[in-house]
Amino acid sequence: MDTPADTARNLLSGYDPGGYFCELFGNAANPADHARQIRDRIASFDFADLRQRAHSAELELFNLGITFLIQSASQAVDRILPFDVIPRVISAGEWANLEAGVVQRVTALNLFLKDIYSDQAVIKDGIIPADLVLGNPNYRPQMVGLKVPFDTYIHILGIDLVRDGEGTFRVLEDNGRVPSGVSYVVENRNLMQRAFPDLMADIGLRPVDNYGPRLLNAMTEIAPATAGEPQVVLLSPGAYNSAYFEHIFLAREMGVPLVEGRDLVVEDDIVYMKTTDGLARVDSVYRRLNDDYLDPRAFNPDSMLGVPGIFEAYRKGNVALANAVGTGVADDKAVYAYVPRMIRYYLGEDAILPNVETHICREAEGLKYTLDNLERLVVKPVGEAGGYGITIGPRATAEEIEDCRRKLLDDPANYISQPMVPLSVCPTLVEEGVEPRHVDLRPFCITGKSSWVLPGGLSRVALRRGTLVVNSSQGGGSKDTWVLTGGPGR
Amino acid sequence: MKLLSRYAECIFWMARYMERAENLARILDVHETFDRDSRGGKQWEPILRLNADETRFYEFYDAPTAENVIRFYVLDENNPTSIRYSVRAARENARTLRPWISTEMWTQINVFYNHLSGLGGRDVETQRLSALCAQVKEASQTHTGITEGTFYRDQGWYFYQLGKYLERADQTTRLIDVKYHLLLPSVAEVGSPLDVSQWNALLRSAAGYHAFRRVYPRGMTPQAVAGFLLFDQGFPRSVSVCVRTVNRFLTELKSRYHLRGGDPALEVLDEILAVLISKPIDGVLADGLHLYLDWLQIRLADVAGAVGTGFFGWPATSVAGSQKQTA
Repeated sequence: MDTPADTARNLLSGYDPGGYFCELFGNAANPADHARQIRDRIASFDFADLRQRAHSAELELFNLGITFLIQSASQAVDRILPFDVIPRVISAGEWANLEAGVVQRVTALNLFLKDIYSDQAVIKDGIIPADLVLGNPNYRPQMVGLKVPFDTYIHILGIDLVRDGEGTFRVLEDNGRVPSGVSYVVENRNLMQRAFPDLMADIGLRPVDNYGPRLLNAMTEIAPATAGEPQVVLLSPGAYNSAYFEHIFLAREMGVPLVEGRDLVVEDDIVYMKTTDGLARVDSVYRRLNDDYLDPRAFNPDSMLGVPGIFEAYRKGNVALANAVGTGVADDKAVYAYVPRMIRYYLGEDAILPNVETHICREAEGLKYTLDNLERLVVKPVGEAGGYGITIGPRATAEEIEDCRRKLLDDPANYISQPMVPLSVCPTLVEEGVEPRHVDLRPFCITGKSSWVLPGGLSRVALRRGTLVVNSSQGGGSKDTWVLTGGPGR
Repeated sequence: MKLLSRYAECIFWMARYMERAENLARILDVHETFDRDSRGGKQWEPILRLNADETRFYEFYDAPTAENVIRFYVLDENNPTSIRYSVRAARENARTLRPWISTEMWTQINVFYNHLSGLGGRDVETQRLSALCAQVKEASQTHTGITEGTFYRDQGWYFYQLGKYLERADQTTRLIDVKYHLLLPSVAEVGSPLDVSQWNALLRSAAGYHAFRRVYPRGMTPQAVAGFLLFDQGFPRSVSVCVRTVNRFLTELKSRYHLRGGDPALEVLDEILAVLISKPIDGVLADGLHLYLDWLQIRLADVAGAVGTGFFGWPATSVAGSQKQTA
């Protein structure tokens, strides 16, 4: 292994991954030879220069308004997602495997959704417990018997991957409702191209700038056949949504109107938008609203953000929705545990991307194991998102462990547990120099007629020393993710 | 491409608020730099009357000192006629319009707003006010230039022009009114050196001195200056040029884009144009300049109201052409 100590005194010479798998160095068994050239360039940077460029980059993010809203007690504050300038690098070979794994997974999840909203063979064949699916709050009986174009339910999927101590990518979570973060993938690259042309020169990177056209293409494919070019829109909850920047970004990249519920009306089961020239028909909606808020007539009647009647228009086939209604049952944290079996059931293949070992507390065996090993496990509520409500056993106080035990006994079905994955690290610029910080990876996959995976994905980084939680709501940042076009792979 | 009504409204307001910020800076600047009463002192209260802001002002401040009034018009985000409020509103609209406008337009407004929101009390002390006003004018003009060079010219661009010129027409009437309100001269003072120097200052605040001299190489009378700012056909800030421009763009929305929502607004414009043409400045002054300006402001607001009803989905009964965006 090309250890940092081997090189002359430079920016990476004091770097120690601390026993974790490192995204730029690999480990002893699997050294990351593909990243050598990039490592050498980073090592040769002057620390002050690097910090200066990092500072300019963050200022640029702020000036461009690439921000998300954080709700504090009294007000909403515009924040940038902290950006780390040291990229995370994936070899061409690693990527080929990841890409195949993501496509395999989205294919199985779409087959699963088609199945549970029609024949329910997967339940009848005993692959997954009926109540886990049919009793799931995100299961939408209104979808039963409804045919969707190309049998695609999850048009946009984000899969949260982590890399364990051996360097194996594992799936931590599926995001099949309204996954966010892709705007940062593209903007991070734009930023790196401006701030570090010298770092990426002649490296050979897969581009990420065609996400918008790909998404528009899928939205057009699924539109009902009407006269002329289909009118695609992006439906946003509005400026106070924390992901509003991303809605703007995607509408812009696709070149379609960014609408809110108040801009749309449904008449005779046709969806229209209000324009300066009267009502204009809408054919295809990329909605960034959860099912609950989509249509007060069909779902939560209190929703002020949705479009009354849009679900009926959808049922009649007069408008396309992406993602389809009712996909939340497929990305549920409890259903997640069954995905490898689904892949085998529907595709007759082993999962290319393994899950993290998961114990389902609704099952007696899983609960017992979890209770017996609380100090070693990460316990997660199945309904929450954004890293909330998690108990990390090895980091928890005795009091927190007991609190977690009480909650588990109270409502076991609400929890799963997993061993603590020793998340891989990546060299990251901090106050004192360059230090290892834990990262994850969220690739994005678009599916219309067929599936396409954006090369790379969002690398989130836990900026606080030692922490494993990478969520932006918990103080995480992001890095540019470089997928190499060639060179040595693994 | 079809234009969402809400977008059209946001474009209209973005243009209005940027234009307003520039004109607020012009009014503050002319006041700070030139206007003094006959004893050489300075009164800040009349500027409150100009915008009918007395009630709102006294809610938050006890006395119309220079410090308070400047703070009220530059920094106060509770005051819808402050520079910071206007730029924030322009920025909120620009943010909504990100899919529709160029990145350069958005970034410049965003940076401008972030700069203003970082200003504190010390930055608006009277001795720095002129420099700050110059900054605001320059940022607004930068915005205008970026817009000219990058904003795609379909119907959205027309709504931008409508907002800009309606606001400018309104602001020019207010600028003329400054003179009226601040120093209602006694009969003896009309035409005195002080009176003339104040009209001179007014012209300069509208960047109109050189233009005025093209038309009137010698001399300067109140009639000539007021008439120039109201009626001149070549000066880009005159009420007449602004109103004609609004008229032209509304007509083109109809002829090029077949949008008929502008018809009621065109009717009001016809009336305004008829009045502008029929009454020369001597008559206006004889009947009362302030009343005339008031009437213009009300009818311009009616035009904005009719544009809102015709294109943005405002209810026909809404308060005609509010000065402030409500949605």
